[in-house]
Amino acid sequence: MERHFDEELKALKKNILNMASMVDELTGRAIKALKERDEALAEEVEKADEVVDLLEIEIDKQCLDLMARRQPLAIDLRFITSVMKINNDLERIGDLATTIAHKSRILLKYPPLKPLIDIPRMADMVREMIKESVNALVERDSVKAMKIIEMDNEVDSLYVQVFREILTYMMENNENIKSGIELILIAKYIERMADHVTNIAEDIVYMIEGKTIKHGFETIDRAGGA
Amino acid sequence: MSEEPKITVRNFNAYYSGKMALKDVNIDIPENKIMAMIGPSGCGKSTFLRSLNRMNDLIEGFTVTGGMMIDGKNIYDKDVDVTKLRRNVGMVFQKPNPFPKTIFENIAYGLKINKLCKSRDELSGKVEESLKEAGLWEEVKDELNKSAFALSGGQQQRLCIARAMVVRPEIILMDEPTASLDPISTAKIEELIQELKKSYTIVIVTHNMQQAARVADRTAFFMLGEMVEYSDTSVMFTKPEKKITEEYITGRFG
Repeated sequence: MERHFDEELKALKKNILNMASMVDELTGRAIKALKERDEALAEEVEKADEVVDLLEIEIDKQCLDLMARRQPLAIDLRFITSVMKINNDLERIGDLATTIAHKSRILLKYPPLKPLIDIPRMADMVREMIKESVNALVERDSVKAMKIIEMDNEVDSLYVQVFREILTYMMENNENIKSGIELILIAKYIERMADHVTNIAEDIVYMIEGKTIKHGFETIDRAGGA
Repeated sequence: MSEEPKITVRNFNAYYSGKMALKDVNIDIPENKIMAMIGPSGCGKSTFLRSLNRMNDLIEGFTVTGGMMIDGKNIYDKDVDVTKLRRNVGMVFQKPNPFPKTIFENIAYGLKINKLCKSRDELSGKVEESLKEAGLWEEVKDELNKSAFALSGGQQQRLCIARAMVVRPEIILMDEPTASLDPISTAKIEELIQELKKSYTIVIVTHNMQQAARVADRTAFFMLGEMVEYSDTSVMFTKPEKKITEEYITGRFG
């Protein structure tokens, strides 16, 4: 039976998916601005964060409203509480994209340290993770969500690699230190983004399966029967 | 479950004139806990509730098989004194049903017919105690001799709860106790139910899912005479095990 409530849940889902694609796009543009040393694009990204913030507030409001009016239970409850948390993580990713755009403008003051390859690769992986989390949410596929968590490990090792490489440039020539530090920070922000997507994936698994997999726990909370 | 169950039900079947109403119900109800039963109309939850103090015996053609034990003793054994059983397992109904007597007499009645008091003072003391327990004393202490019908619906229901408690049962059954009450009276009864579990084991039938979620420690979902799922209330309403339970409690059918 289709309930009126289902319509409202669909509207919420549409908004959170919209939020995810906005954040994904923002990340892509921030990295493009960095790579191509495009100041105008970086400024655009910094401004666009406001749109993400507004949508975050709207989604929060929607969730609270549904909780108050519908008193959701079971899957509906898990869906709404998960959306609230996913919303928060997406907003943080948006903030990080903005910070990267800001840093890319700072980097314009210095000559390019090296052609950027691995940092954009990290960002591509994060974007892939965001896309996969959207798919997992839409298709209610917890296996897909679990794979995102594995992808986070790849981003982590790439970060270590980038860190080491930039360190060598800084050791070689202390003129490189300022831009080197900015680049390491950017890589760190991307690594943080991947952590946020991992949280999202964990929330999706909880939403679908009702089991907690975060912090290394894998508990199946359903075993509460007589 | 770690606690020793107060009520143990094993392979319990119930029939109305041969027609099956409950099918192979197995359940443990722990002492001093609130157990709620939910399920669509006609699912057997009221039959189950009324089996717990053999109220269904009054219906012609009602038969049972299997065991329903209170403290290990099968209440359907031949040697069970049904009057005593019903004193031990009190009941509160959907609509408040005070006797057409004064407030005082409504409570005193059970004590008198069971000869549980030796003096008038003892009787008054127990009536007061019970009304206090039901959170009604402050509202009625100056009008104990007024008719019980002068009370509001919510007050009448608390009076009925006080009446059930005064003979010191161990178990209280409640059949949709707030179905006819406004939200404020409902909230008061729900508060009271939670207070009462310190002294009693409570089994409640409710059509209001949120009520079960608010008050019960454990919740059972019944459908078509079978107990589909029984778990801690928090599990039942956040991640029920069975799809059919999930569909029912999220209002997708029923």
